[in-house]
Amino acid sequence: MFHSTKSRAAWGAALAAVLLTAGCGGSDDASADAADYDPDAPVTLTVGTFGTMDLDNAGLYDEYMELHPNVTIKQNNVAQSAAYYKSLQTRLAANSGLDDVQALEIGFIADVVRNHADAFVDFAAEENADELEGNFYDWKWGQASTADGETIALGTDIGPQAMCYRKDLFEQAGLPTDRAEVAELWPTWEAYIEVAEQYMASPTKPADSAFVDSPASIFSSSVYQGDLAYNDEEGNPIPAESDGVQQAWDHASQAADEGLTANLSQFGDEWNAAFSNGAFATIACPAWMLGYINSQMGETGAGLWDIAPLPGADESASNWGGSFLAVPEDGPNAEAAKDLVEWLTAPEQQVKMFTRAAHFPSSPQAAEDPEVVGATNEYFGGAPTGEIFGDSAANIQRTPIGPYDTQIQEAFTTALTDIASGGADPDEGWDNALKAAQQATGG
Amino acid sequence: MTIASGTVREAAIAAPPPAPAATSPARPRKRRQLTRNRWGYAYVAPFFLVFAAFSLYPFMYTAWVSLHETSLSNINGGTWVGLENYRDLLQSEFFWNATRNTFTIGILATVPQLCMALGLAHLLNYKLRGRTFFRTVMLMPYATSIAAATLVFSQLFGRDYGLINTMLEAVGLQAIDWEAGTVSSQVAIAVIVTWRWTGYNALIYLAAMQSIPGELYEAAEIDGASKWKQFLHVTIPSLRPTILFTIVVSTIGAVQLFGEPLLFAGNGTTSGGASGQYQTLGLLMYQQGWSNFHIGQAATTAWAMFMIILVIVGVNAVIGRLRNRADR
Repeated sequence: MFHSTKSRAAWGAALAAVLLTAGCGGSDDASADAADYDPDAPVTLTVGTFGTMDLDNAGLYDEYMELHPNVTIKQNNVAQSAAYYKSLQTRLAANSGLDDVQALEIGFIADVVRNHADAFVDFAAEENADELEGNFYDWKWGQASTADGETIALGTDIGPQAMCYRKDLFEQAGLPTDRAEVAELWPTWEAYIEVAEQYMASPTKPADSAFVDSPASIFSSSVYQGDLAYNDEEGNPIPAESDGVQQAWDHASQAADEGLTANLSQFGDEWNAAFSNGAFATIACPAWMLGYINSQMGETGAGLWDIAPLPGADESASNWGGSFLAVPEDGPNAEAAKDLVEWLTAPEQQVKMFTRAAHFPSSPQAAEDPEVVGATNEYFGGAPTGEIFGDSAANIQRTPIGPYDTQIQEAFTTALTDIASGGADPDEGWDNALKAAQQATGG
Repeated sequence: MTIASGTVREAAIAAPPPAPAATSPARPRKRRQLTRNRWGYAYVAPFFLVFAAFSLYPFMYTAWVSLHETSLSNINGGTWVGLENYRDLLQSEFFWNATRNTFTIGILATVPQLCMALGLAHLLNYKLRGRTFFRTVMLMPYATSIAAATLVFSQLFGRDYGLINTMLEAVGLQAIDWEAGTVSSQVAIAVIVTWRWTGYNALIYLAAMQSIPGELYEAAEIDGASKWKQFLHVTIPSLRPTILFTIVVSTIGAVQLFGEPLLFAGNGTTSGGASGQYQTLGLLMYQQGWSNFHIGQAATTAWAMFMIILVIVGVNAVIGRLRNRADR
């Protein structure tokens, strides 16, 4: 008796270990058939998001659940978009554990479009595809579309860019502070660099302040003003031959080399601290950067900043960031999830996302809505943000994106940091950037 | 201790080999032994199952992946490339840069760390008031998470608003851009590692010191040896196996150094500084696999790290053995 109890315990322990290891595998093959879809059946939808997408904070889920009492929405948010993407990739590889709706960031949409289009619902094949397509800027729709015309995600927000500047620091350096006059200061990036030199030479500006936070601010905003950024028309990386990279590099490396920047690495601790310390007078501002500045400086920064157009904006605007929502095809609630995504990304909801959470719409109808056009931002001296970013958004041209844009951009911005801290001259920096980009793309 | 282990080994060798038993009765006895011990096997089985699932399998799987060109989201697909990843790795300047950094940071971190640990252990071996307090405090850094420690240190070493630069400026010296320089960034990272591990190693030394018989010191004192001579000629030789152990463990830790350089950058980049000045092998592997998503390359780097560790541990073992033999 005693013996068998002991044996059972032993085998139990062994079995538990086996189960533990086996529990990691196994996938859920349940998939919904469109024909069986009952829009009124109770359903719980999970939405995988990252960072601060604010779909919850803007109250959109609550609104949708009120309109559709049978639907319960649960959001799984991951703070870091890089971490979110890593887990999304492993889940795609295993085809298991995916949420009913998955948010996709611009930094990795190209990879998903190219390598995992089959895993997601094709919105271009929907009955209302034309209407859906008409809801978005064509470049935004294009970013989520494959070469053979499948569209795997619908856009949420975009990041049209402007240039934020500190009025107090400009005044101390003897520069104009009115946003119309500031706009005339820098019609081009060459002019912007000249203003930077003027600022740095000013004897009256605060001694430890630089003109711009980082060379990355210049590089990552002007790179998308070329015909090509990091890729050729097919989305293959060609950083060495692109006109956008070349011009962005020329301006940014000059600024880095001449010490016009505070040489901070963006999103690092020192960069965050530098906002409140007035360490720089300008920073490239995608629409979402306003919220970031506000959160870093709090009340003390109110009224110090204003917004002018990005240099070179007359010829071409520039976009930085933005996200999409996609529906995994094999999900058990794919039909209900599709309805949710179409509703969340519809122009009316995008207007709410802008007025409630300052995410700029990826839909021209929403961007032209009086509520958006007329929006001003008190924190930024009452700047007409709706108009500034709306003009910018309307001028964005479609630059082909690729799966390695984030990595290539990082290769260039770290090389620029190296130049600014005196570790390399611009020519060496260029070679280093290309080598690092080459390593990232795995060529 | 060395002498003791030597004697045991010699005794084992000197013992007459077991008489070769007749083949026929040997087999059943072996089988009987297996069945008699089956509960022993059953009890150790869970460990080995977990080991197989979480160590052995990933280990072999990594080797298999390293022979493919594949990405994180297509880990089971990919194309067979044989040893091409290894060839590319050996030709990659990023690999050699990371190897160089790993060694220089390793030496900067390990050597002062073990020397200080030895000194601290020696001091704590005296009868001090509040000895337990000091010993506990020494282990505190080890109990702190790498992330918390590195975040605090990277703020201390901050260029514009860091405490260390503020103090340097206060005494009239020039502020240092710790993160941008090669030597300065490696020193900063070595300081984090040293801070975290010195107490741990000191406690290991202390434990070993307390097992040194007091008579040895008494005898040395009678012979007129000073405290310093006693430390050199009694303590250190008695600690040799322990020192070898800590060197091996610290070396393995140094080759795998990852969390500190990753977090030291402060903004989540994996390039290990603007010119890769503090990118270690562990960080390079992470960059390849989880920033650039080339999981085959990352697996190759992982195996290269494993080989490096094997070589270093092997060299340490050989040196240890040679010294033992030389002593006898």
